[in-house]
Amino acid sequence: MSRPLDPAEVRALIRRHRRWDLMFGILGLISLAIGILTLLTLFIDMAITGIPRLSAEFFTSFPSRRASQAGILSAWVGSILVMMVTAIVAVPLGIAGAVYLEEYARRNWLTDVIEINITNLAGVPSIIYGLLALGLFIYTFGLGQSILTAGLTLALLILPIVITTTREALRSIPQYIREGAYACGASRWQVIRHHLLPYGTPGILTGVIIGLSRAIGETAPIITIGALTFIAFLPPVPFTGEPPAGLFDWLNSPFTVMPIQIFNWTSRPDPAFHQNAAAASFVLVFMTLGMNALAIWLRYRLRKNIAW
Amino acid sequence: MPSTITLPAQPGELKAEARDLDFFYGAYQALKTISMPIYARKVTALIGPSGCGKSTFLRCFNRMHDLYPGHRYAGSIQLFPDAVNILDPQVDPIEVRMRISMVFQKPNPFPKSIYENVAYGLRVRGEKRRSYLDDKVEEALRSAALWNEAKDRLDELAVNLSGGQQQRLCIARALATDPEIILFDEPTSALDPIATGSIEELVSEIKKKVTILIVTHNMQQAARVSDFTAYMYLGDLVEFGETKEIFMKPRRKETEDYITGRFG
Repeated sequence: MSRPLDPAEVRALIRRHRRWDLMFGILGLISLAIGILTLLTLFIDMAITGIPRLSAEFFTSFPSRRASQAGILSAWVGSILVMMVTAIVAVPLGIAGAVYLEEYARRNWLTDVIEINITNLAGVPSIIYGLLALGLFIYTFGLGQSILTAGLTLALLILPIVITTTREALRSIPQYIREGAYACGASRWQVIRHHLLPYGTPGILTGVIIGLSRAIGETAPIITIGALTFIAFLPPVPFTGEPPAGLFDWLNSPFTVMPIQIFNWTSRPDPAFHQNAAAASFVLVFMTLGMNALAIWLRYRLRKNIAW
Repeated sequence: MPSTITLPAQPGELKAEARDLDFFYGAYQALKTISMPIYARKVTALIGPSGCGKSTFLRCFNRMHDLYPGHRYAGSIQLFPDAVNILDPQVDPIEVRMRISMVFQKPNPFPKSIYENVAYGLRVRGEKRRSYLDDKVEEALRSAALWNEAKDRLDELAVNLSGGQQQRLCIARALATDPEIILFDEPTSALDPIATGSIEELVSEIKKKVTILIVTHNMQQAARVSDFTAYMYLGDLVEFGETKEIFMKPRRKETEDYITGRFG
């Protein structure tokens, strides 16, 4: 026969449970501290080395053989232009793909295969994307070692991220909202256009920005497609290049990006260049953190008006 | 199991009629040869224990099942006056939903303004004239007894309303498009007694213009608001008749047991 525990036994039991609580708490804290402290040390070291090098000239100068005169103008302009191409390609494709998978596709083995592949693609090493781009965009399509090629490559790279986060955003919209809209006589596209996309926007934007902040730091695929490491000119401003100058000449321009510039400087023997690399890394980290902060802020702002 | 159907001595105008309706989720048969009339501008209540198929039956009327794979209809639901079979695969479910609107169990306003919620059905129909929309929104909110509370806050988010107000907003949304039938799927099960009372009053008011089909698990509610009652059990229609007949002198033992609380 069982009997109720007497109070002393209950207290002993609770003490034992509490001990585990405490141990796990401490373990978790230690794990967290290892991660955060490592990152913080690296960041502080980089900041101490790099910050003295930051000046207006650093942002407005091209790379140079002399470390003290070298800057990151071509690198940050290149990064921003490549990100623009990436976003313009990856955002519509990713959202459309996700909407199709969530709202249109029938559940069958084919969609299962596609789904598994998208998840796998997110885990493919980025250099593989570089090799794909080298074979496809450069050798097959002849797009050259250009901003366009880099943008397309990084777009492929972040497409799985955009698709996955968009799908999650759509899936988090309750089914009864869809039913309510359909019951009003809305067509599938109307439900998507009037409800799912607007309500999913905070999540979708977050995914897009997280994807872009991943892309901005990618080095391997950019090296593979042959970004130059020493670029002392900017891509042509629309309509100003050699005639016949067009709106999109910059897409075909050779380029460099921040991580490439950093990589180049780090591999030089002169320690003055290492200082440049630290300064550029500091800027790159800020670009990434800035984008993440923007994502958080946007999500917060937009979510305020969406509740079920 | 054959249904016991008692038609009223003076049957009114017929709005819809289910004939030998079967419904399947995959291989599972959720509705078994259901035949019953729906009279115009009357309230027909569907009652029965959980899982009896009353919501499934209701959701056939606006083809809600079409949103999900694995559904199959057999038999027909004719909608009058044009006698179109709304379950016919040739009939677009959107057309059906434009004629028959629905109010759900849990209030489900869109995360938009009060105004946009009510106007949504009209927007879907491509209506853009602002003054027309304004008029229809006001008319629908008045019919849903929400105008006085909402008129000064039409631009506020609908989710800021209380649960009862949200449900009345959903009724206004369903009314704004001048539907021929409104389907209510346990519209008060998420509401407190006072809000429930106001929704019931509303149903009695709305039926002057619109035919109403209401699913309820609350028998007092069925007795209070409905003109006709259908008792369903395990996918069968057991008994259909005038509400007072069903509640005062049911023909079938099963109905009597359920209504008197001996079962279910």
